[in-house]
Order: sequence, then structure tokens, then C-alpha cells
Amino acid sequence: MTHRARITRIKAEVSGIWTYDLAFEDEAVAASYRFAPGQFNMLYLPGFGESAISVSSDAESAETISHTVRVAGNVTHALARKKVGDEVALRGPFGSAWPIEQCRGQDVVIACGGVGLAPLRPVIYHVIRHRGDFGRVILLYGARTPADLLFTDEYAAWQDADVEVCATVDLGDETWQGDIGVVPILFYRLRLDAPRTRVLTCGPEVMMRFVIFEARARKVEKRHIYISMERNMNCAVGLCGHCQLGPAFVCKDGPVFTYEKMEPYLNLEDF
Amino acid sequence: MTEPEQANHAHAFLLPDQLDALIERLREQGYRTVGPRVVDGAIVYRDVERADELPHGYIDTQDGGRYRLVRDEDAGAFDHVVGPDSLKRFVFPSCDTVLRADLQDGSWTMTPAGLPDEPVAVIGVRGCDLQALAVTDRVFLEGPYVDPLYEARRRNMFLVAVNCRRAAATCFCHSMNTGPAAGGGFDLALSELADGFVVESGSAAGDELIATAGWPAPDTARLEQARAQTAQLEAEMHARDGVVRDDGAMSRQRSLDTEGIHDLLLGRLSHARWEDIGDRCLACSNCTMVCPTCFCSSVEEVSDLAGEHVTRERSWASCFTAEHSYMNSGTVRKSIASRYRQWLTHKLASWHDQFGMSGCTGCGRCITWCPVGIDLTEEVAAIRD
Repeated sequence: MTHRARITRIKAEVSGIWTYDLAFEDEAVAASYRFAPGQFNMLYLPGFGESAISVSSDAESAETISHTVRVAGNVTHALARKKVGDEVALRGPFGSAWPIEQCRGQDVVIACGGVGLAPLRPVIYHVIRHRGDFGRVILLYGARTPADLLFTDEYAAWQDADVEVCATVDLGDETWQGDIGVVPILFYRLRLDAPRTRVLTCGPEVMMRFVIFEARARKVEKRHIYISMERNMNCAVGLCGHCQLGPAFVCKDGPVFTYEKMEPYLNLEDF
Repeated sequence: MTEPEQANHAHAFLLPDQLDALIERLREQGYRTVGPRVVDGAIVYRDVERADELPHGYIDTQDGGRYRLVRDEDAGAFDHVVGPDSLKRFVFPSCDTVLRADLQDGSWTMTPAGLPDEPVAVIGVRGCDLQALAVTDRVFLEGPYVDPLYEARRRNMFLVAVNCRRAAATCFCHSMNTGPAAGGGFDLALSELADGFVVESGSAAGDELIATAGWPAPDTARLEQARAQTAQLEAEMHARDGVVRDDGAMSRQRSLDTEGIHDLLLGRLSHARWEDIGDRCLACSNCTMVCPTCFCSSVEEVSDLAGEHVTRERSWASCFTAEHSYMNSGTVRKSIASRYRQWLTHKLASWHDQFGMSGCTGCGRCITWCPVGIDLTEEVAAIRD
């Protein structure tokens, strides 16, 4: 079922990335819509098509549904021309969620790159709302340059809520005081309690492979590493076949999988 | 649509010229009647109004990359096997409108496509294609999401199956346990004999049709003959030795060893044979188009010039194209070898993970209609070695 929604706010995040806050036109839909952190919607612009975009807002704050979008294709380019008050359509939510329940009482490492932080931001919001339910919570985040780091205006609040925020960039600038390098290098500064560590990672596949490598080197169990896979998701309901990945349809069975399940397929070229 | 099998369904015997009466009865019940017909040198499904439109006296010889119709005066109406068409086009047409969006006063109204309601009776469906329908039912009807267009068409079908008494060299239904007898899921099943047709019902709708038509029950000898001729074919297929015969009509007769095939294929994703196939495969996607279970699709936006009236049109897609796995970060399956690997491992292995059954029915279409004659039974054997 495709629903109409209106853009209530557009926030320019970093170069090429905007966050669109949407509100459903239909009050009954607005009242009943719920998503879990990690799930995505199919945003639809008639005449342009649909695009699978994860929800980046707080799952417990129902009035606003945010989508943080990197302008890349046909649909997202059309979305970039929209203004506050314009209409878009969407259906959802779809897909599997981050394992909030399995993280309860455990240490949580969130390792992500670029716009990969967007689907994990709802996890951070959840953790902060229920901070006592979790052990250490660490965000390892990387982007190309300091100007490409998402949601920097929120880091202080996250740190105040006892979320350890470690950011790294590929290329620093004259003001950058933080780390230089890829996300997996941030593991070197952590002392992890492996049995109680859960790793949640989202970003380019190559980054996730090395995040997994670092986590495994520290004896984090395969079933405790969760990855968010990207494939060509057209229908979101497992019927169009485009997002297949071995035994899985990424849209329906994923996008969040355990490494245990995806291991045989992650290092295969062109699979 | 056919309901689960019940015991004690009706049987009947039709004289050759009573096939017309069967077609007529179905048409009286409001069905559009479709059956095999010779068109452009191949046997495909088209509307059939009279039994003499069926391909009496034709057989098809099939091999890798080869399909020929041959006149054979001894052949009955159904001694051909499967052509490029399957039931797929009746439940999942190659083009379909799924949604309309209309802009009115600055706001979009979105209307899901109306559900098709034309009842279709298909005559001449083989065991392999009945299984294919069971496979697509699993995909479109029995998962967490149901495809309403498929469902609407499927509910309105009447299936007249045929128990094969002849197989092509490309057929390997015996390996997949889907034929040559129609295993179930039909309303009526025909066995063609020299002097008529033994008809077996497989559903209440089939029972009713036989009862109202008043056709006599077959005698025991004919019932036995009907059963025996398909059983004999099945025995012959199981005895296939894979030897190349050089009498023209009898090329390498296919079988597929399915023992442990899931772990075999998924365990050999880096086998050198994939590259070898990639050198031969043209990525033309013919195999996926003729496959009765391939269900991939893409949706395109079709807009008027003003961009105010849009339809979303779904059409068949193929995993052999680069765009099938395209993401903004690039195409996942860049090489043809990787696309063939995806197709074959999905069809024969990961289909079991996804749907609890094989995606292959042994119909052999992908062998016949491959322009370079790539034969999955041969490729699996090579990967097994």
C-alpha cells in the first residue's frame, strides 16, 4: 500500500546528503505507522520511481519519520528538487531490524561509514532513551573528510549520554584533530570484552569486511556481528528477485543479517 | 483453481472427436480456452476453439539450441512436449500494470491496478509445468507477501493436463520427479490412446464437468493402458544412459543427478567451470524468459508528457543483465560467469533455502532455447566431477 506524505522539513546535512522529515497525509496511517531501527521505506516519486531509503529518525518519536538521503540516482535527484510542503509517496516499513533485544545488557559497537550512519542513528536514539539497558556503547564512524561527517551537531549530546564517539576521516583538514584512516583502525584503541560485545556495522562492503576482520581478531562471535547489506531492492517484498544474495532476499530477509549467515558469500567476487 | 487432492475422483473416456465437446463445455462455463498450436514453426499456447486447431500429427525434436517440428502421421494431438511458452504467461504475464498515479489539484491519487477476472482454461499442461505452477504459487502466494495480480489470475484457472507418452531429449522430468505423468494440481488429466482419451479428474470442478457431460467411464483395459504408457516412458527415461545416438532424433538424452545438489553448487562457487560457461554464455536471457519458474521482474514508470498520469508497468527481468544487480555503487555481478552462477545456483540450490523446493522442473526449455546450447545437466555434472 502506497501512502501520501508531505515533506515537513529538509535539512542539508553534508555535501550531497539531505534529511527529509515526512508526515503522512492520512491521520490513520500516521497513527498506526511504526518502524524498527534498521528498517527502510520505499520512497516513491510518480514518474521517477521508487528508492529504498532507511529510516534515520527515532523509532519512539512517531510524529516525524526522517530519511537521510545521498543523492545518487534518478529518484534521489528528483527528491533533491522537492521543497518543504511538497508531496512524496511511500510504502513501508520493510526489512529486518537491528538486534536491539539481543544487545540488551551487552556492550554495543556501532561501526559505520558515510551515509551508513543513517540506518544506525535510530539505534543510538534507542540506546540513549534506554541507556541503563546497555553496557558500553561505542560509535566508530568514518567519512572521507571532516565536512562529510554526518550528524556532527548531535555528537556532544550522544557523548553526554555516555555513548563513546570515535570519528575518523580519510583526509583531514587544517582544523581536524581526530583520527586519520579507515573505520576498522579505530578498533585498535578499544579494549573489548568479546563475549559481551555485539557489533553492528553498515557501510561499503569492503569496510564491513575489515570491521568483521577486526571484530573476529578480538574474538567477537560470528553470530554477534550484524551487517546491513545493500543490493538492488526494487519491490521490497521479495518478489522481484533483484536483491538476491545467496539464500536471502536482502529486502525481505535483510537488510540486517548476522555475519554467521552471510560469511560464505561476503568474500566472493561478483556474487 | 485446483483444490487439494481428494480420493475417488471421476474418470471418463472420450472418443477422439469428443475433445471438441470438452472445449465447448469449458467455453460454456465462461472459460477462455487456450491450448497448444503451431505458430511460426513452434508449438505455443494460443486460444483454441476447436480440437482440430491442436497440433495433431506433430512432434518436436529438441536438443541444445535446437527445436524443430516434424510431421509424424502416427502422432496424436499431444505427442509434442513443451515449447517456449509455459503457464507463466497466464499467471504472470510478461507485462502488467501494477499501479496508476494521477495528479489532481497538486496531489497524487494512487490506484492499484484492477484485478483481472477472466477465467482461463489451459489444455495440454504437462507434469513439469504443473510443478512449475506449484513453484510460482510458493513464490507469489505462500510467502509473507502475496502478489494480488498473480492470485487473481491463478484463482480463475482450469487446468487440463496431459500425461506424456513421449519425451524430448531435453526432458528430464524423471530426475526432478515432476513427470512424465501429471502428478497433481490439475482439474482434468488426459491420456491419449490410439482410439480416444482417458480422462482423470483431479478436482471437484473436474468431477462436475465429467458428471454433467455424461461421458462414460473408461473400461479397465483402457485405464490400464493409459497408466502403462506413461509408466513405460518414465522407466525408459530412468534407464537413460546419456549415450549419443546418431539417428538424428535421439541426441544425448538428459538426466540430472540431484543428489546433494544444494551443498554441491553452493560449496563450489569458485569452481573453474563457471568461467568456462561464462566464455560460452551470451547473457541473452533466453533461458530465463522460457523458464516456467523464473519470476524476476522490473517496474518502469510510464508517464504522459505532462507527468501528471503515470502507470507503473511490471515486466519480466533477467539476472543475466548487468542492470539486474545494479546499485549506485555499481553492478554486483559484472561478469557473465557470475550471472550464470547466480542463475544456476539459485535455480537448483538457494531456491531450496528460500522456498523449500527446487526451482527446476526438468522441462528442458533452457537447454533447447539457449542459442549456444548450454545444458545445465551437463554443467552440473562437470561441476560435480
